[in-house]
Amino acid sequence: MKKKFPYHIIVFLFPACFIYTIFMIFPLFDTLRISFYTQDLMGSNLDNTTGVRTFTGINNYRILFFDELWSYHFWNALKNNTYFFILHVSIQTPIGLLIAAFLSSKELKFKGTYRTLIFLPAMMSIVIVGYIFNLILSNLWGIPQTLLGAVGLENLYQPWLGLKETALITISLISIWQFVGIPMMLFYAALLNIPDEVLEASKIDGSNGITTFWYIKLPLIMPTVGLMVILTYVGNFNAFDLIFAIRGLYAGPEFSTDLMGTFFYRTFFGFQHQLGNPTMGATVASATFGIILIGVLVYLFAFQKRITRYQY
Amino acid sequence: MRSYQDKINQLIMHSVLLLYTLICMFPVYLLLSNSFKKRKAIFKEPLSLPSEETFSLTGFTKMFSRVDFGIYFYNSITVTLITLFLVLLFGAMAAWALSEYKFKGNTMLGLYLAFGIMMPIKLGTVSVLQVLNSMGLVNTLTGLIVVYTAQSLPLAIWILSEFMKQVNNELKEAARCDGVNEYQLFFYIILPLLRPPLATVAVFTMVPVWNDIWWPLVLAPSSGKQTVILGMQQYIGQYVTNWNAVFASLSTALIPILIFYIIFSRQLIRSITSGAVK
Repeated sequence: MKKKFPYHIIVFLFPACFIYTIFMIFPLFDTLRISFYTQDLMGSNLDNTTGVRTFTGINNYRILFFDELWSYHFWNALKNNTYFFILHVSIQTPIGLLIAAFLSSKELKFKGTYRTLIFLPAMMSIVIVGYIFNLILSNLWGIPQTLLGAVGLENLYQPWLGLKETALITISLISIWQFVGIPMMLFYAALLNIPDEVLEASKIDGSNGITTFWYIKLPLIMPTVGLMVILTYVGNFNAFDLIFAIRGLYAGPEFSTDLMGTFFYRTFFGFQHQLGNPTMGATVASATFGIILIGVLVYLFAFQKRITRYQY
Repeated sequence: MRSYQDKINQLIMHSVLLLYTLICMFPVYLLLSNSFKKRKAIFKEPLSLPSEETFSLTGFTKMFSRVDFGIYFYNSITVTLITLFLVLLFGAMAAWALSEYKFKGNTMLGLYLAFGIMMPIKLGTVSVLQVLNSMGLVNTLTGLIVVYTAQSLPLAIWILSEFMKQVNNELKEAARCDGVNEYQLFFYIILPLLRPPLATVAVFTMVPVWNDIWWPLVLAPSSGKQTVILGMQQYIGQYVTNWNAVFASLSTALIPILIFYIIFSRQLIRSITSGAVK
């Protein structure tokens, strides 16, 4: 009997591959292509789709990195974004680890309640979170003054979101507040997966809670910590919503909260006196693509290879 | 001696966890309680619950008289549910083909589909807009649906393939011996077995789609195609000074997700901690 051609495999795969290719892979790489072109902005309509494009090679990147008009905003956004990421990793990871370590303790009661409530903010829309904190921290409402006043520290209050020096830190803390639940959950799952024999053995060897965590559990869940760092990295360099909700597209004061996402939006769609520029928008997006790709590759080749040897 | 130390440990852990839980819930509490208060009470006693004297629904009545949130809800629900259906169906089909059949390029295709897990589709916006424009899908719900489906498929396929690999081989062979064809095998035998991971994928798909503002902002900024989140954002932009209305619109946008989370949190947390996502 002749074997039939397995048409069913194609039927099963086709819909997903088709949608994914047309609306995700093609646009990502087409954006890279567009970044090598330039176009007459006056000829473009609102959708930024018409207008004659001419090939300019890597000129857009030269403009983005070195031309005074653009480079300030690019390096500023990149610097802010890096800072945003460093704050996330250095604050969110330890808090997530601490909570997960407490939650994985066997005798603890109300675990489920803590877990559910601490994870809740991660389910909320970032835009809603941004607006809530905008209200809470606003001068008019006076919540921080009341709270600080209760412990006699009223003088510490400042309009944190409105000051150039503190706006980005405050926004980072808001974002960390919202997303601590995710590392907590991943670390908690990883801690539960450590075999009991390992922990029993360490107990017999005289290890206490803290040394067990530090020398046994933490090294064992290092792969999850690495995964969390790279997930945070991708998420952070893709961030837009929180800045948009709290500071708007101008990422004020004086662009001190500008991230790659808001810079990209302004470049592509235009703002105030500047026309929307699709080819420069594509260039900013492609630069961000490169930044994210470098991070993912570093994680895959260097970081992951070195830590997976701890796997059991 | 030992138990004394244990008690102290418990006390420390409970106080840290309780403190952090309060920090998490405080802003949510402030939002919900103040959306049911009179304007005066919002400013005078922001921290207290609405009482008989201070209770008021002015924010909501004002909001619903000005904007048709019904349309926004209709849009959001339509987009989310259709996306969910397409992601579950197409994602499960692709995951099944990748994990069940051996064919040339299987691994490569798997990697190709996994690429989208890490790469945000947002970065392709310039081109997505052109593609959708050429298809006449700008400013339509269909445009949002196809983009969200493309964005959610990679993770869905990845999670589902992990589970497909665990399905008992004898079951499949027994079915095949009974003359069941591959389509029947998948739709009538495999899919029903996969209800738990499908529920996990459903949550991971729905929440980001419902909460998103980027694509509505880019693809459907006006003309009654706004989602709840975008509609709320535009509404707040206009009525910044009316605190009642701002609180009411934030609550209206938040409450569906809260209800959803209350219903599904157990299942969601179980599926995360059981290793559905690694």
